[in-house]
Amino acid sequence: MILFAAAQTQHLVRLSTVDVVIVVFYFALVLAIGFYLKRWTHTGEDYFLAGREMTAWIAGLSFLSANLGALELMGWAAASYQYGILATHWYWIGAIPAMLFLGIVMMPFYYISKTHSVPGYLKLRFGESSRALAAVSFALMTVLMSGINMYSMALVMKVVLGWDIHFSIWVSSITVAIYVALGGLRSAIFNEVLQFILIWAGALLIPILGLVEAGGWSGLKARLVQNGSAEYIHLWRNLGSFSTNPMGIHWTGIVFGLGMIISFGYWTTDFLVVQRILSAKDLRAAKMAPIIGAAFKMFVPFIVILPGLLGLAVLPMKLTGEAAAVATGGHSYNEVLPLMLARYCGPGLLGLGITALMAGFMSGMAGNVTAFATVWTYDIYGALIRKSQTDQHYVRMGRWSTVLGVLISVGTAYLVMQFLSIMDYVQALFSFFIAPLFGTVILGMLWKRATAAGGFWGLFAGTASSIGMWAWVKVDPAALSYIALSNHAKDMAENMYRAMWSWIICVIVTVIVSLATPPKPETELKGLVYGVTEIPREEHVSLLHRPAFWAVVVSVVLVIFNLLLW
Amino acid sequence: MHTESSISIWFFIGISLLVNGLLIFAAGLYEIEHPPAHPVVLFALHAPVWWGALLAAAGAMYCLRTWPRKS
Repeated sequence: MILFAAAQTQHLVRLSTVDVVIVVFYFALVLAIGFYLKRWTHTGEDYFLAGREMTAWIAGLSFLSANLGALELMGWAAASYQYGILATHWYWIGAIPAMLFLGIVMMPFYYISKTHSVPGYLKLRFGESSRALAAVSFALMTVLMSGINMYSMALVMKVVLGWDIHFSIWVSSITVAIYVALGGLRSAIFNEVLQFILIWAGALLIPILGLVEAGGWSGLKARLVQNGSAEYIHLWRNLGSFSTNPMGIHWTGIVFGLGMIISFGYWTTDFLVVQRILSAKDLRAAKMAPIIGAAFKMFVPFIVILPGLLGLAVLPMKLTGEAAAVATGGHSYNEVLPLMLARYCGPGLLGLGITALMAGFMSGMAGNVTAFATVWTYDIYGALIRKSQTDQHYVRMGRWSTVLGVLISVGTAYLVMQFLSIMDYVQALFSFFIAPLFGTVILGMLWKRATAAGGFWGLFAGTASSIGMWAWVKVDPAALSYIALSNHAKDMAENMYRAMWSWIICVIVTVIVSLATPPKPETELKGLVYGVTEIPREEHVSLLHRPAFWAVVVSVVLVIFNLLLW
Repeated sequence: MHTESSISIWFFIGISLLVNGLLIFAAGLYEIEHPPAHPVVLFALHAPVWWGALLAAAGAMYCLRTWPRKS
């Protein structure tokens, strides 16, 4: 909100001719990819699932890239400046275990069921009412979130480059609409992989040069202790109490709330990311893709968290919160990544860094739009409005809904521009569904006794309880001490514990209602539930080609990294 | 990925890295000849030169390995 006020003042960097050429070349290339791929997009399977012919590498990188938006890059760089190395939890325990679980445990059911979407799986497992609840809430939240991201991107471009907000919104949205409408998911995936590479090419130099300036890792740690505190350089050591770390959070919130509920909810049931894996060419590729994504995710802190920490170590000015930055004319935490970019990158490199930020924004937007188009076409339009149409009809609807999704996103961006408080509400709304949806899907996959009524009422109760807890804290902030079970809990802890309770309520209600209602016959559960689904075995596959082996390797490296930064 | 005679995604990535790398490399060389009035921190390392060369080399390798051929 206050970033908008900052946007009215002056911008951080000025692009030279070579920087502009690099940015324009990027836009030309993504559009060229869209036009080129249109010729391979004929059927619904082509448009919505990229023909189900992506390799594990492409599906895995796209799976990660759809999440690697520029808001994520700038937001977590800011968080690491503010909270220190604790922010790494959102990339490690807050992502890797869930991604591995998706690959090894859940992917076989998504893939074998041949569903087009996560709500589509709910239809097969729990019936139409669960699908409708999940599809409508997902479609609505996805385009609203896309609009918020679009507005935030335009604001960042205003602050960093001084670009007009309307120009940024329309150029980025029209570009995304064109390349997604032309080539569908295939085009989105190709561009996401390109964007992933550009993000690394544009951002990797900052930590490299930053470490040189700070005097290596030991020099960085010494400066962090000097400019921040000793708590900034430990991942776990200070999580024994809410009051001994900058985030005001307890390790139970990180492990159970973030690591076991929020991250599992996001990485295993948010169709925005799961759709990329469904495009894999076979089951082994579908299992490997999230594991490849997890391996790369483990190194993302190098280009996100490390620049934030280096900012605290080497920047001559002290960054503050948005309100203080506007009041004093200084810089806010959110500007740490662009400030570091401007510190080390001259002409050319600056253009690549800015391109990386825009690529991040556009890959996130394309992810939202493709997921919206699929859920709208198959789970709302095709299920509730016009059933049994031809495949070509649904492809046309997919193209139109892509354009419609972009237009709604643009509308949301302008709405947020007028009423900034909407941003907080929409972001909160999105979080209401994630944790309960994970409860419903995981019980559906692993417990054959779960019934249609149990699935629907569990999802409904979990979502309603999440909304209730959020409203309770909004009306009475002291309620946070009941939800997080501590008087010392801070805002960051609320999401963790609210997610945990809403998941528990979802599971309890699902179990009680399921036991009170007649079970589905096992014949109807084949391909959907553990115990009645034949999953292809891998005895004939060499160790190096087994997803489970690589999941173990990634897990071991994750543990080592956590121990090193304990 | 290759499907029938389609162009590999890695080719597009190669083109992107090659063009960006060459532009950055050239900008770095220009800066050595014409040092800016307000250089960036660690300007003496000439990061655009070696980073641009690295990206261009990686891009060229991808382009050569995945050059579109008739199937």
